[in-house]
Amino acid sequence: MKAAPTATLTSFPNRWLPYLLLAPQLAITCVFFVWPAFKALSGAFYQSNPFGLGSYFVGLGNFTALFADPAYLHAIGITLVYSLSTTVLSMGMGLFLAVLTEDLVAGHTFFRTLFIWPYAVAPAIAGALWLFAFAPQIGPATDLLAALGIQWNYALNGTQALLLIISLTAWQQIAYNFLFFTAGLQGIPDALLEAASLDGASYMRRFFGIVFPLLAPTTFFLLIMNITYVFFDTFGVISIVTQGGPSNATQTLVYKVYQDGFQNLNLGSAAAQSIILMLLVGLLTLFQFRYLDRQIHYQ
Amino acid sequence: MKIRQLRVRTLVLALAALAILTPLYIALVAASHSARALLGEFPLLPGGQLLHNFASVLFQGLPGAPPVWLMLGNSLLMALGITVGKLTISILSAYAVVYFRFPLRMTAFWLIFLTLMLPVEVRFFPTYQVTAGLHMLNSYGGLIVPLIASATATFLFRQFFLTLPHTLVDAARIDGAGPVRFFLDTALPLSRTNIAALFVLEFVYGWNQYLWPLLTTNNQNYATIVMGIQGMITAAASFSLPQWNLVMATALLALTPPVLVVVLMQRWFIKGLTETEK
Repeated sequence: MKAAPTATLTSFPNRWLPYLLLAPQLAITCVFFVWPAFKALSGAFYQSNPFGLGSYFVGLGNFTALFADPAYLHAIGITLVYSLSTTVLSMGMGLFLAVLTEDLVAGHTFFRTLFIWPYAVAPAIAGALWLFAFAPQIGPATDLLAALGIQWNYALNGTQALLLIISLTAWQQIAYNFLFFTAGLQGIPDALLEAASLDGASYMRRFFGIVFPLLAPTTFFLLIMNITYVFFDTFGVISIVTQGGPSNATQTLVYKVYQDGFQNLNLGSAAAQSIILMLLVGLLTLFQFRYLDRQIHYQ
Repeated sequence: MKIRQLRVRTLVLALAALAILTPLYIALVAASHSARALLGEFPLLPGGQLLHNFASVLFQGLPGAPPVWLMLGNSLLMALGITVGKLTISILSAYAVVYFRFPLRMTAFWLIFLTLMLPVEVRFFPTYQVTAGLHMLNSYGGLIVPLIASATATFLFRQFFLTLPHTLVDAARIDGAGPVRFFLDTALPLSRTNIAALFVLEFVYGWNQYLWPLLTTNNQNYATIVMGIQGMITAAASFSLPQWNLVMATALLALTPPVLVVVLMQRWFIKGLTETEK
């Protein structure tokens, strides 16, 4: 988003038309974004009465209760483990495949197609595919693991459940990382690599000495995007595959808002959790934009 | 030496591609057999029941779940509604912000920017309350309208309009064209690659919604296929012989439209992805 020299840009002299053009977008933003955010903000300071209608003001009570609640702290931990492992796995694979396909004359589009299609699959549907493959007793992947001597039952074993959703989400995210790393690699001037190679630098040396440092902006951008994705876009996976279980081993922050708000009807806590999530997205978005500012200096 | 290196590389890439395809292959094999055939050792090759299973879920569905054709239709409506809605309101607001000077212009811009920070997953709880208050549950409006504000689409169009030479506007104004004429004759036609790129992204976004339809619809006439998979799994498991073949057939039908859009419109997909998010 580069700022344009607005003063020199020609504009139409019209007093009401721009408001008319903006009206639909602003109306939807106000009704479905600003108002809900405001409602969440006010609801977060109230506690609903469990024995009937009505609610009473509790100040920051919902927030302090959350951070004193081991279940909430556990959900933070699970979300962090889930997002960091998925990010490292899918970025590693994405970079590996991008490096291998780069300067492949024939077959680049062919392999690209085979790598990016999982990105188009809904997380919930991807969840259904993996749910069956790894289903206890009947899943083909379960059979394979049993043949290798691994007792697999993610419905009982929390670590296995977490491993399953990490692998499945990483599988979907490889596409995204592959595409951005490919774009990043194409931006590296050939002359640099040729010069290094004339100086006798080995392939590994060139990769870690030149390519990887020059990919730093892409890597940083992807780090934030992947973490944001796992934090906020994996509700479908959890809901289909594990429902947060077994015994909350895969309960992420977003899934917890759903459980507390819609299943346990703890409205005040759900509102407070929504506020925390909004602040978190805000923070990650700002982080990303700061990075964008810096990236412009590279060019 | 060079050729051998290329061969090894191609082999590694092919193995990776196969590994990525495995879940899809398993689903295809399962969807093409009878439920009984999946009980014992898992078959290595697809069977001959694929079309039979497709027809069965499409027109009969499973007990307690609507037929799949209805859910596919609803998903298509929702995805197209969200896509067309997002593109329309975004291109209009970008046009307003770039080609007009008016009080509160930047306020409007920042208000739109705010939506970037509030994806539906973080605000679903209060947004659900607002939508319910407006009596929009169990309606296409409730499925579509709350999701169509889009900061990313607005930004992409704005950036694009800023790159158009000023002389275009000057020439149009000398010819006596007003803002509506200029939009229809110049700005809109020139935006078509951006529209194609955003179409792919937003169609996939709309089709793949899970949480929002789950919350706002309990009338089966409005069920979409992606949220409906949950009901299919529950229904299939209630049989003494679990109907996994039918669940996998449904999953294949649910993933085909967005995968086809991305694969066939790959160029625009990549353009959209790399230009809106950077």
